[in-house]
Amino acid sequence: MEKIKLTIDGLEIEAEAGTSVLDAALANDIYIPHLCHHPDLKPVGACRLCGVDVNGRMEMSCLLPVREGLDVKTNSPEVGATRQVAIELLLADHPQGCLSCGASLQCELLHIADHIGVDGERIERLRRPSEPLPIDNSNPFFSFDPNKCVLCGICVRTCEDIVGLGVLDFVNRGSRTVIGTFGNEPFIDSICESCGECVVRCPVGSLAPKRWQRPSHEVQSTCVYCGVGCGIYLGVKGDQVVSVRADRERPSNQGSLCVKGRYGYNFINHKDRLTTPLIKKEGQFVEATWDEALDLVAEKFADYKGSEFAALASAKCTNEDNYLIQKFTRAVMQTNTVDHCARL
Amino acid sequence: MVQLTDFQDLQRQAMADWESLHQDGRPIIMVGTATCGRSAGSLEVLDALRAATEKQEIDCHIFEVGCTGACYAEPLVYIIKPDQPAIVYGDVTPQLAPRLIQSYLIKDNPLPRYSIGTFGNGRIEGIPDLFSTPVFEPQARRALNRCGFIDPTSLEHYLANDGYTGVTKAFAIGPEQVIEEVKNAGLRGRGGAGFPTWRKWRFCRDAPSDQKYLICNADEGDPGAFMNRSLLEGDPHAVLEGMIIAGYALGASIGYIYCRAEYPLALERLRGAIKQAKEHGLLGDNILDSGFDFHIKIKEGAGAFVCGEETALIASIEGKRGMPTPRPPFPAVSGLWGKPTIINNVESLADVGLILQNGSDWFAEYGTEKSKGTKTIALVGKVKNTGLVEVPLGITLRELVFDIGGGAPDGKAFKAVQTGGPSGGCIPESLLDTPVDYDSLNAAGTIMGSGGVVVMDERTCMVDFARYFLDFAEKESCGKCVPCRLGTKQLLGILEDICAGNGRPGDIEMLEELGRGIKAGSLCGLGQTAPNPVLTTIRYFRDEYEAHIHEKRCPAGACKSLISYYINNDLCVGCTLCAQNCSTSAITGEFKGPHYIDQDICTQCGVCYTVCPKKANAVEIISPSLRL
Repeated sequence: MEKIKLTIDGLEIEAEAGTSVLDAALANDIYIPHLCHHPDLKPVGACRLCGVDVNGRMEMSCLLPVREGLDVKTNSPEVGATRQVAIELLLADHPQGCLSCGASLQCELLHIADHIGVDGERIERLRRPSEPLPIDNSNPFFSFDPNKCVLCGICVRTCEDIVGLGVLDFVNRGSRTVIGTFGNEPFIDSICESCGECVVRCPVGSLAPKRWQRPSHEVQSTCVYCGVGCGIYLGVKGDQVVSVRADRERPSNQGSLCVKGRYGYNFINHKDRLTTPLIKKEGQFVEATWDEALDLVAEKFADYKGSEFAALASAKCTNEDNYLIQKFTRAVMQTNTVDHCARL
Repeated sequence: MVQLTDFQDLQRQAMADWESLHQDGRPIIMVGTATCGRSAGSLEVLDALRAATEKQEIDCHIFEVGCTGACYAEPLVYIIKPDQPAIVYGDVTPQLAPRLIQSYLIKDNPLPRYSIGTFGNGRIEGIPDLFSTPVFEPQARRALNRCGFIDPTSLEHYLANDGYTGVTKAFAIGPEQVIEEVKNAGLRGRGGAGFPTWRKWRFCRDAPSDQKYLICNADEGDPGAFMNRSLLEGDPHAVLEGMIIAGYALGASIGYIYCRAEYPLALERLRGAIKQAKEHGLLGDNILDSGFDFHIKIKEGAGAFVCGEETALIASIEGKRGMPTPRPPFPAVSGLWGKPTIINNVESLADVGLILQNGSDWFAEYGTEKSKGTKTIALVGKVKNTGLVEVPLGITLRELVFDIGGGAPDGKAFKAVQTGGPSGGCIPESLLDTPVDYDSLNAAGTIMGSGGVVVMDERTCMVDFARYFLDFAEKESCGKCVPCRLGTKQLLGILEDICAGNGRPGDIEMLEELGRGIKAGSLCGLGQTAPNPVLTTIRYFRDEYEAHIHEKRCPAGACKSLISYYINNDLCVGCTLCAQNCSTSAITGEFKGPHYIDQDICTQCGVCYTVCPKKANAVEIISPSLRL
């Protein structure tokens, strides 16, 4: 890839041709405030925070392609004043309950305010929103608080461009604009599949998972729900799994997950979960060891070779497991009667 | 396929018919039935005229015409007797209509007191020549030259008045020469920004693509602006002709007209005109055997102001939410469906037709060095002669407001004039000699805009005025970018507080700082210009803001929270009209006795002020409020 040299705040950096000034800056550890930019999505230039000065003219760095010899200032007085107004407007419109917000230290707005520096007295001069909007708690996995929403549109673009469903869009006009489903119905009545891709990309605490704890550490794993084998990181606290995060490096899912993989992890620590094999003795299931169970299965299978035997495999097994099942059925049980629930 | 010769036959026939219309010895009655006329009752007047002529068995031509612009005198009726000039009657009611027939057509008494003027050859005693009256004399009616004088549903009327000769001229000289002609004419976009039309066309013509589009922007959304609507309703073929020429110059085979759905009559007239043009081979494949294909589609907008912005308009046509996208890429390079697209305003396109019909020199006769031609203007607000006018660019605002407009009504003093709608600014009396051209208006802190001009008098509060426009901008912002969405909300909130008497010291500086930030930071033209009404009113009328904030006083006596109505019993004649009309029964008083307003009950609706007889003038407006 062709490398391009440009200068940001006097520092000469190298960037790949075709990238934006914002991406080039971030890749070189130069922070430019931004709220509506997400590396997975096309830039839209809506938040107006990432403005930079190019020869006295303000350009949005997320939309500005790098070019050889470009000289960019991220904090000229004009750019700084415009950014200051934008962040003050956002903060004056935002609820002030950071301590109880799920986004907590992950909040981009907080991060930007911290970076720019905000004078509380100036925010007080602005008019605060009057009536809070109702929170949509209809979805079992996440909630949507329009009061915290900064209308960056990342959720809209995620659902449209990554998920391909297009559940969300902007509703209403002007300062009454909100993110909403078709007809602004509750999430549960929309075509939303609850995959949570929008939730993980929300830069503030507006779209937030209902059940979430900060894990003490993470364990790399594979989702057990289907044969795709999505890469995940299980967040662990003590002996409990408290979160799931998609693995962006795993080729099969590249950072995406479905509703089951992302939110369906409570079975792991569920009290009803079977953790040992059970063998029925005198009409009652009794806990057994794996050796006992496997011995029993092997013994019984021996009685049903050929056409007396059939195998039905599960879609929750990996491809490798399913391959072994058919190999076992054909080679050991000597029948071709093998099927899979996903073939329906 | 329709050959050029067929078209010429059609044209000759139309001219012959037009000639016989005026020469066949039958009187002609025309009624202005554009939306402005209809809302004043012109359809009822039309019915009354038809009934009266039938009853009197008068053999005459009756047809509907568009708007001449004299909104202050609607409904308008034009009566032309053979060998007589046309008499224009104003404020015609269904009751007056049969009298006009009886008196003028039968008894030959033209009833001069109901007429606002005549036009055409000859004079009629007691009636001024319309185009020599102060309202019309300074005007130069070119884009509107047929508006109000032909039947907009008749292709023949249009053809008989030079119609579509611009198209045949364009085909004769070729697309390159068409662009050259528009360049020589010095035409700048009439939608607001004033970008040279030819340059935009050049970008698009030079952009390589298998498909290009032309869009006619008829999404006129400024409060108080109706130039484009009147033109579409009164002379729809003029816009189609401009589109065909523009499409030919660009190499675009498909044109869209993006017209707001709130303009049902304009849409009806456009649909009718497109149908006629198709039938006569002026639209479709291989127009007049020129090898040029051009099809026009209509897209109805849902009335979002932001859809007048080019990229939002394109998104709307594509079926998306009307939200602007950052430029570049510019629509001339990548617009509708990603193809090179040119968006021209209705009036620009009508001007294109005129330029090709009459030549660039003719067009450039009017105007200033950098702003050529004429401009249609909707003159509204506190001015005697409200209406649609067309003036040479370079005329001063003073001529516009005082000569054409007749100044503020009811003896009130003029205060300010706003140009360019919600994106424009206010100009005080001291700057009234500013010429109406793109650059001079910019220098004064406002913009030409699409041509809406709102006049304010001494009773207009400039803070309240700014609040009105910010209320509009705040509601019409698309909500995409932070400075516009939240900034207009803050500006509005602060202005509402000031008008309600809750302004705080420092608010003016806050408005200025926010205004600058919103202008600099917003994504599209809506946000970049939305603070203009605030910033210019602060610039020219800062004392009014200060009076509101520091003294809780509205100098214009307009902000309800800061005023009280008070009856001066030295002047009160005790007629009881105020007490009878007070909706909250706040006024007490006996016949021929003194009257009093209970300030705790009064809602400052102002009815008492309005109904108090002029000769008494006993109701006064007091600010600050008398309420504690």
